[in-house]
Amino acid sequence: MTLVEAIAEARRTAELAPVVKRIPYMEWMGIEMRVEDGSVRGLMKQSDMLIGNYVHRALHGGTLGALLESTAVFELLYTAEAENLPRIVNITIEYLRSGKDADTHARAFVEKLGRNVANVRAIAWQGDESKPVAAAHCHFLV
Amino acid sequence: MSDAKTIAQRFQERFAEAIPYNRALGLSIERIEPDRVFARLPWQENLVGHPELRILHGGAISAAMDAICGASVFVALKQPMRIATLDLRIDYLRPAEPDADVFCEATCYRVTEKVAFTRGLAHQGDPNDAVAAVAGTFMLFRGQGGDLGQKLREAKS
Repeated sequence: MTLVEAIAEARRTAELAPVVKRIPYMEWMGIEMRVEDGSVRGLMKQSDMLIGNYVHRALHGGTLGALLESTAVFELLYTAEAENLPRIVNITIEYLRSGKDADTHARAFVEKLGRNVANVRAIAWQGDESKPVAAAHCHFLV
Repeated sequence: MSDAKTIAQRFQERFAEAIPYNRALGLSIERIEPDRVFARLPWQENLVGHPELRILHGGAISAAMDAICGASVFVALKQPMRIATLDLRIDYLRPAEPDADVFCEATCYRVTEKVAFTRGLAHQGDPNDAVAAVAGTFMLFRGQGGDLGQKLREAKS
């Protein structure tokens, strides 16, 4: 099965894991994607590898950017019916709170889907969705 | 005052190797100038974001640039203190070539009372044909030692 076929299948079945498994970076990072209430929910599982401050056991900020970007990509794949993995143009990551050494969740919102470009916003949180640890705004070529 | 090579080596020990995720990325500090940090993100299959084209995942590049921009702040600061990334913007200028290392460089070009401003580039040998351009701002917590800042400060003196 090609990637494009796997993406189409994932959209049909709402099972995103087979596409995630094909992406080495997401597997390595422990980032998972599933569909919940018609939108994509990202999860980055706690892992010692993701730590950026060993004294305070805080998450490395860079890992939050990876989770936010990945969630935005899968939201586009699932809801905007992108045929292939959309190519990212740019991303602005805002750090709102210190990320703890814990599971991190994320959700993305397609603000505008144009003919050439998609504008997507994403937020990441740990425990309480109303207290995000990071947010991102990104553009993709579609 | 230790020489530049020693500073880079200490940064390598305290920053690249002691921080779990920097170590996982394989980040290595190549060179440190008074206002600039040069590092290498070695190719590893784990960082691939597109399975067919074998392009690096943007997250790997942004994580490396976050770390290197932060390092450039530590180099620019006169006193040790805790810092935190406020925001980071990355323009992905072209896909990274597979099987090739990425060179990251960052400069902290302005330090104010509470905020430090940085910019950086990721390239694969030619800075004029960069993979990504980055701008990052960092909050400064003056008076808060910050264990990493303290250690890097010790390494500099």
